Amino acid sequence: MDAIRAEGLVKMFDGFTAVDRISFAVEEGELFGLLGPNGAGKTTTINMLATLLRPTAGTALVAGVDVARDRDAVRRAIGIVFQEPALDGRLTGRENLEFHTMMYGLGKAERRRRIDEVLALVELTDKASTPVDKYSGGMKRRLEIARGLTHRPKVLFLDEPTLGLDAQTRRHIWDYVRKLNKDAGVTIILTTHYMEEADFLCDRVAIMDHGRFVALDTPSRLKDILGGDVVSLELEGDATAFRDAVGRLDWIKRAKLHEDVLSLTMEKGERRIAELVMMAQQHGVAVACVNLHKPSLEDVFLHFTGRPIREQEAGPSERNRAMIMHQRRRAA
Amino acid sequence: MRIHWTAIYVLWKREMIRYVRAKSRIFGSLAMPIFFLAFLGLGFRRMPVPGMGGGAGYIGFLAPGIIGMTLLFSSSMQGMSVLWDKEFGFLKEIMVAPVSRLSLVLGRIAGGTTTSMLQALLIFGASLVLGFRFRGPAALPFALLFMVLISFTFIGLGLVFASRMKDMQGFGIVMNFIIFPFFFLSGALTPLENFPWVIRALSYVDPLTYGVDGLRGVLTGTSALPVLVDLAAMGGFALIMLVLGAYFFETSEGV
Repeated sequence: MDAIRAEGLVKMFDGFTAVDRISFAVEEGELFGLLGPNGAGKTTTINMLATLLRPTAGTALVAGVDVARDRDAVRRAIGIVFQEPALDGRLTGRENLEFHTMMYGLGKAERRRRIDEVLALVELTDKASTPVDKYSGGMKRRLEIARGLTHRPKVLFLDEPTLGLDAQTRRHIWDYVRKLNKDAGVTIILTTHYMEEADFLCDRVAIMDHGRFVALDTPSRLKDILGGDVVSLELEGDATAFRDAVGRLDWIKRAKLHEDVLSLTMEKGERRIAELVMMAQQHGVAVACVNLHKPSLEDVFLHFTGRPIREQEAGPSERNRAMIMHQRRRAA
Repeated sequence: MRIHWTAIYVLWKREMIRYVRAKSRIFGSLAMPIFFLAFLGLGFRRMPVPGMGGGAGYIGFLAPGIIGMTLLFSSSMQGMSVLWDKEFGFLKEIMVAPVSRLSLVLGRIAGGTTTSMLQALLIFGASLVLGFRFRGPAALPFALLFMVLISFTFIGLGLVFASRMKDMQGFGIVMNFIIFPFFFLSGALTPLENFPWVIRALSYVDPLTYGVDGLRGVLTGTSALPVLVDLAAMGGFALIMLVLGAYFFETSEGV
């Protein structure tokens, strides 16, 4: 059975289509990523799967249950860590977990055991009696991840789990997420707009833009679409003969000379640099500078949408779009 | 729809923990009713109040009014606490729980009623210190009944507003244009007989009018309407507002 199966999922907010007919399936035990810029519809997708928003059209099964039909059964099967903190700051860490486990109907002994267990997992045992208001951002996040686990969900949703955290905390959270997925076998769906995060964590990634999926595959296969690494050589002297010679090699996929920079696409670029420099010398051109670029999901995004993800985020119209999305989300 | 008792209990318990921890909030919300009681009660001490027999004086008239006011403010705030939870994100945690929406509403009402009853009882105690005398312990169960009904009514009203408002911005408007008129129209401070008929007509659609009048009836033995009429009206309002509040909360899309 698939952990998630969505077909033709649509969400519209007063005529604005936030999620536009997406279909996908997530296997049990998979770590699945939704990658895209702000306002791409990632959170809206998760909110529909978590029964917080009703889909305008389409169907979705979570743990085999239809999200529109039996919302309570879906709610029992899932855990969710929201983008913005959803903790009660006046309560202590333990009280927040206590609240959660009671809402999920766990018995007293079971509650104690599991709360101690998850607190240890996220290393908050000694902060358990401190009011959450006094926690740092990273501690809050860890507590929320712990909370999402106390009722042993089959599927865990993480909405931008490391947004706004420092590099060290982010690394920590990545480790927890991996551990959970591999050791405890929890199916995890996470959204992110950090390329490295999706690349590092996810078994498969769906790239989302303007409410649609533009690509869906494993990170390595997505990067393979680009044909491999790019080695750029800055040359001195007439490079046309060299370019033609290199272009005839069977392991070179593309050779492009732009002014005095020759860009070559190949696999395992780091193993070819020495050979290329030698060939250049044989053709009477000097190499002033060598640059090796490994393709990232960033390049994949660029390849599919024609825009870099960061630039899009910073553009004023996109920022407005993201803000409108944010307000809509709050209003809904 | 199923009722999840543990969920109701834990929502109630959370409210209690928050109430006890927010000491400044407790004192802050008690200050205004105590000032009203002290300054109006002492200032108008020698003023005869039409319709108040038994030499109870203005404090006898005022104290039930201020108890009603305390219930009005704290209950509608409690109803609106949904908005706070929305603002601080905690509402999402509540909304994804596998618990019937009815249980969520009942949990809120349980927590809200308890805290506003505590507030009202503290004010009741303060009024005794300031010279208020009531008819004796036999009146207390009836007074508590009226207090619970007032509480239910305005928690229900608070839920209706909270379910349809997006954020805290509309909060001040609701306070100024809805909650305060309820207070002034109820006759908590002044006898209704002195109002022009237009205002008096409005007073009779204000639930708090019956609550305050009923409290006065059971505590001091003097009321403008028969206590049973007050009780019936108050019971009706409480029922209607609870159903409306629950309905609005359940049908709001939540997050």
